[in-house]
Amino acid sequence: MLYSIKHTTTYTYQETVPLCHNLATLAPRDTPSQICRSFSLDISPVAGIVDEYTDFFGNRVFYFVVEQEHEMLSVTTSSIVERKTPEWKLTAKNLQSWESVRDLLQSSTGKYMHEKQFVFPADITVATEAIQQYAAQSFTPQRPLMEAAGDLMQRIYTDFTYTPGFTTVSTPLSVVMGERKGVCQDFAHLGIACMQSMGLAARYISGYLESIPPPGKEKLTGSDASHAWFSVFIPEMGWVDFDPTNNKLPDEQYIVIGWGRNYFDIVPLRGVIMSSDLHQLSIAVDVKRLTGSRE
Amino acid sequence: MSGQISVEAFLQQHIPDSHSYNELYTEQGNIRATWESFFSSWQGMGHTEIQNRTNDILRLLKENGVAYNIYNDPSGENRPWELDPIPQIISATDWAIINNGLVQRATLFNLLLKDIYGPQTLIKEGIIPQELIYMHPGFLRSCMHINLPAQQHLVIYAADMARGSDGRLWIISDRTQAPSGYGYALENRFAMSSVLPELFSNLQVRRLSPFFDSLQQALHSIAPNTNDTPRIVILTPGPENETYFEHSYLSGFLGITLVQGNDLMVKDNFVWLKTIDGLERVDVILRRMDDVYCDPLELKSDSLLGVPGLLHVVRKGNVAIANPLGSSIIENAGLMPFLHLAARHLLSEDLIVPSIATWWCGQPREMQYVIDNLPHLVIRRIFRQTAGTRTAIDGASLSAAEAATLIRKIKANPHLYTGQEKINFSSTPSWVNGKIESRNSLIRGFLVKKEDSFVAMPGALTRTNYTKSSFVISNQTGGISKDTWVISSGEDHVQPVKFQLQTSGSYNLIQKESLPSHTAENLFWAGRYTDRLINNARLLRTVMQFVMHNQQPSQATANATKKILLAALTHCTYSYPGFTGNENTEQYQQLLNNPWNEFLQTQYDENKSGGLSQNLVLFKKSVYNVRSFLSADSWRVVDQLGETWQRAKSQPHHEPASMINDIDNLNTSMFAFLGMNRESARREQEWAILDLGRKLEQSLFIIRILQQVLYKRQETQTEYELLEAILAATQSMVTYRYTFRDHLQLPLVLELLMLDMNYPKSLAYLIDKIRLHVSTLPKQGKTQTLSEPERLMLEAHTLLSLSNGLVLSKLEGSGEEYVPLSKLLVKLNELLLETNAVISKTYFKHTLSQQQLFVTRVL
Repeated sequence: MLYSIKHTTTYTYQETVPLCHNLATLAPRDTPSQICRSFSLDISPVAGIVDEYTDFFGNRVFYFVVEQEHEMLSVTTSSIVERKTPEWKLTAKNLQSWESVRDLLQSSTGKYMHEKQFVFPADITVATEAIQQYAAQSFTPQRPLMEAAGDLMQRIYTDFTYTPGFTTVSTPLSVVMGERKGVCQDFAHLGIACMQSMGLAARYISGYLESIPPPGKEKLTGSDASHAWFSVFIPEMGWVDFDPTNNKLPDEQYIVIGWGRNYFDIVPLRGVIMSSDLHQLSIAVDVKRLTGSRE
Repeated sequence: MSGQISVEAFLQQHIPDSHSYNELYTEQGNIRATWESFFSSWQGMGHTEIQNRTNDILRLLKENGVAYNIYNDPSGENRPWELDPIPQIISATDWAIINNGLVQRATLFNLLLKDIYGPQTLIKEGIIPQELIYMHPGFLRSCMHINLPAQQHLVIYAADMARGSDGRLWIISDRTQAPSGYGYALENRFAMSSVLPELFSNLQVRRLSPFFDSLQQALHSIAPNTNDTPRIVILTPGPENETYFEHSYLSGFLGITLVQGNDLMVKDNFVWLKTIDGLERVDVILRRMDDVYCDPLELKSDSLLGVPGLLHVVRKGNVAIANPLGSSIIENAGLMPFLHLAARHLLSEDLIVPSIATWWCGQPREMQYVIDNLPHLVIRRIFRQTAGTRTAIDGASLSAAEAATLIRKIKANPHLYTGQEKINFSSTPSWVNGKIESRNSLIRGFLVKKEDSFVAMPGALTRTNYTKSSFVISNQTGGISKDTWVISSGEDHVQPVKFQLQTSGSYNLIQKESLPSHTAENLFWAGRYTDRLINNARLLRTVMQFVMHNQQPSQATANATKKILLAALTHCTYSYPGFTGNENTEQYQQLLNNPWNEFLQTQYDENKSGGLSQNLVLFKKSVYNVRSFLSADSWRVVDQLGETWQRAKSQPHHEPASMINDIDNLNTSMFAFLGMNRESARREQEWAILDLGRKLEQSLFIIRILQQVLYKRQETQTEYELLEAILAATQSMVTYRYTFRDHLQLPLVLELLMLDMNYPKSLAYLIDKIRLHVSTLPKQGKTQTLSEPERLMLEAHTLLSLSNGLVLSKLEGSGEEYVPLSKLLVKLNELLLETNAVISKTYFKHTLSQQQLFVTRVL
C-alpha cells in the first residue's frame, strides 16, 4: 500500500527568537516491510544549516538551525511510503520458549550484540517490582515467546485505559502502572519494561497510523498524531511489532519512522531556543492512502 | 645547627611508631635517603619556624583565593585549601615504574576509547562485557562513529593511586572526562617553594612546568584547522563549581580565555565566542564540564550550562574538545577486572601498575563473592552519580539493615555495582596540629598527550584525610593536600630553589584576542558595584554625621535638613521604604527621632536591599567573576576588606562613632583596591570597561543626589546645610574651599559638581571620560561616524558645556523650584541610562537564556 504522510509542527513564540537549534527524526526508514519512496523537510523560516546524519540506531536525523529572527517556527515533512503487512512464517523453530531466547541473548557475546543492547533497560523502562510481577504472568514456563508477547500486548490493552492528558513525556512507568492509564507512548514503554524484566530484547518504534480508515473499518486510536508501539526480538523471525494501544500486530496501516531504546532516543522533533519566553506548540498529522498503488 | 641529633633519632622522638612507615624506611629498617635529606632540612628549621611558615602558606593560599568549593556560596561553606608542609616524596626509582605504568594506562584508555566509539572489537570478542559499556550512562550513543580529526582521542588523563603496605602502588580510580587537580598541584608547589624553599635544598625535585608546556602543545595539536594559531578556550560550568578556582587559575597560567556555556554559540557549524568585537571562531575547547552537560540539544536536555549544537560541530570536525565527549565511559569501576585482558589484546603487554582488586557484580560468581564479603570491601557503583551522593561505600560501615538494602539493590541491578578490595594503605608522615602524625594518602597523577604517546606530570596532587583511618578520601568530604616531590634521577630538569611563577599571565600571547562579551559585562558591573559601594558608604556616613551633630531637635531648620537628608539617603541607596514614609504618621516621627536603627540595618544587614552589606556582597561577587583579571594584591585587599567588615558587623554593639569608623575603613580598602587595579590591569580595554562602569555609576549618583536634595529652595540655613552635606558626600568640600575660597553658594557648588571640566568628580568630567571610553569600544559598521553611545555622551557633554551655575540656580514659576536644574538633570539621567542600555545591547548581548522547546507528544 502507498501512503502519503504530511506532518506539520508549529511553534509560536511570544517574542522574537534570534536562534534555534533543532533535531528532527521524522524521515521513515526502510525496513523489510517498508520502503520510503520520498521524503522532504520544509522549514519556515528558512534554516541556515540543514544536515542529515544517521544516528546510533540507524535512524535518519536532520539537524537544522534557524539563524534569523523569527516569531514562529514551522516544520513540515512530506513522505511517500510503500508499506506491506509483514508475513510471519510460523515454524517449529520460532515457537521456541521465551527462556531459550533469554538464555541465548544472555550467553552470546558477538553474534547478537545488536539485539542484546535492547535487553538492558534504560532510564524510563527500568522495571519496578510491580511491573516485573505484572510481566511474569504472561511468561509461564516454556511458553513460546511469540505467544507470551502477544498475551502481554493483549493484557496491556485490556488492563489499561487510554487516557490522553493524564501523563506527560516524562511520567515514570510506576505511575502508569499504578493508575493503569496512559497513552501509546506509555504503553509501548510498559511493554518494553516488561520484556526487559524477563531478560528479553524489546525496542521502541516511532511511527504513524493511517488516519482515515478504509471503508467499513474502525479508526484506530492514535491516528491523528505520531504513534508508538514496541517490537520484540524473536530469533528466526527477527523483530516482531506489537501495538498494545490497539491490541494489534502492526500491519500495512502502520508506518515506521524508526526506533530506539525508548521515546528519548527518537523524539520526533526537539529544539533549544535562545529565549526565556513562553511558546506554544501545535501539531497536525495526515496519513493518506494514495489511490492506485504503483505496483 | 650544632648539636643536631640524627634524623633517625629525631623521627623516633617525634613519631614513636615511625618504623611501621614503609614510606620512611626500607625493608632493612634504614631510613630512606630522600626522607633523611628532607628531615635533615626540616630539623634545621625547627618546629616553631615550620609552624610559622605553615601559617604563611595557608595565608598565601587564602590570599590567592585557592579554595575547593563555592566562594560565594550563600550558605557560607567556604572551605579554604589546606596544604601539609611535609610533601609526598617519590624516589626516582619508584617514579620510573609509576611513570611507565601511567603512560601505559593512558595509552590503553586511548585505544579503548577509540574502540568503544568505533569498531567495538573488544565487546565483539567478549573481552569486555557489553553491559558494562551499554548500561553505563557515560556511553553516549550520539558520539558513536564520529571521526575525530586527531589521531589520539584522549588528551588528559588522571589516576588516583594509593600505596599498599607492600610498597606497591595500586590504581583506585580513573578520571578521563575532565580531570581536575593539576592546577591545585601547581599552586601547591608554588606555595611550598615560596614559603619553605629551605626544604628543597638537599633534594633534586623535578619541575612541574614541562607538564603545562605539554598541555599547551597538546591543545594546539588537536585543533581541527592547522593553518592558523588556534583559538583555545577553557569551558567552565561557572563560579558555583567546586573547582572554579582551578579553572580561573589555569586560564591565567596558560593564557587561555575562560568561558561559560553562554559565552559560546553554534552557528554555521562552527563554535563562536561572543566578544565585544563580534563573534570569534573557537577551535579547541578544554572543558571542565561533565560530558552530558555540554550540549543541551543532543545530550542532557535540561542542562543550562552547555552549548546547543556543540556535538554537531564536533561531528562536522570543526571543533576539538579535550577530552572528547563520551570519554566518561572510561570512568567505570567495572572495567578494572577486564583491563589486564584488554591490555594484552590491544598492547600485547601486561599492566605495569595494577588496578585495585575489583569484582564486577554483572557476573554471577563475582556478585556472590561481593555479597558474601561485603564488610571487607568497598562497594562502588560503576559510574559517579550526581553531586551530593556517594559513589563508594565502605561495606564495614553498614548496619545489618543497611547491608541488606544494599544487597537487594545489587541483586536488582548487578551490572551497576562493583566490590573493591580495601587496600592496607601505607601511611605517610603528615604535619597535623603542630605534630608529625601518620596519615593515609591518595595520590592523583596527571598525564597529557604528547605526540603519539603521553607524558606524566613529574609530581602529583596528594591528599590525606583528617582522621587516621578512612578508606574513602575525597575533596568533597574534606582533606588536606600535599605537594608531591618526584626526585630527579639526574637526567631531567630539576626544580630551581626559587620557583619563578606568577599567578597569572605567564604566557604572552602574540595573537590579540578580543574580550569575551560576558567578561566585558562582568568588568562593567564590577566597576558599577565598586562605585555604588563607595558612594552609598559616603552618603550614609554624611547623613549619620549630620544626625550626630544635630542631636538637639530644637532648631526647626536642622530638622528640615534632617528630613531631606534622610529621604535622600533612602532614594539614593534604594533602601526602600527607609525614610520615605508619610510625614504625618507616628511611625515616621519615631523614625525621625531615632533613625539609628534604620542606619544600623542599612549599614550591616545583608538582607536589607540597598544596604551597605548587601552592596558589599554584590561587589565581592562581581569582582569574583573577574578575578582572573585581578592581581593577587588586589584580591588580597578584597579578601581582607570582606573579613574586616564581617568582624565589624558581628560586634554586639554599634556606636555611631564605631559605625562611622567601619565605613572609613571600608572606603580606605576600596581605594587601595582601585589603585591596585589600575596598576595591574593587563589590557587597556579591560580597564576602560571597568572604569566605564565606575564613571557611569558615579554620574548617576551625582544626578540622583542633586535631584533629591536640591529640587526646591529652602531656608538659607537649611540650604547651607544641604550644600555642605552634598559636598561631604562627594568628598568635595576641600576642593570647593580651595577653588572658590568663599562660603557655600548654590551656583558655585553646581559649577564644581556639574560643570568643572577639570574636577574629576564633576559630571562634566565624568561624562567626558565615558565619552572617551565608549570611543575606544569596537565599532560595528562605519568607523568615521559616531557610535550611538558616543552621540549620546556628546549631547550630554554639550548640554553641560552650554550651562552655567547661575542659570541653573534660577528659580522658576510660582513654586520655589529649581526648574532649569531639574530639567537638565532629568535629561542627563535619560542620556546616561540610554547609553547604558545601548552598551549592554551592543557589547554584552547576554540577556538571552536558552530553553528547550516542547517535544511532540506521541499519542
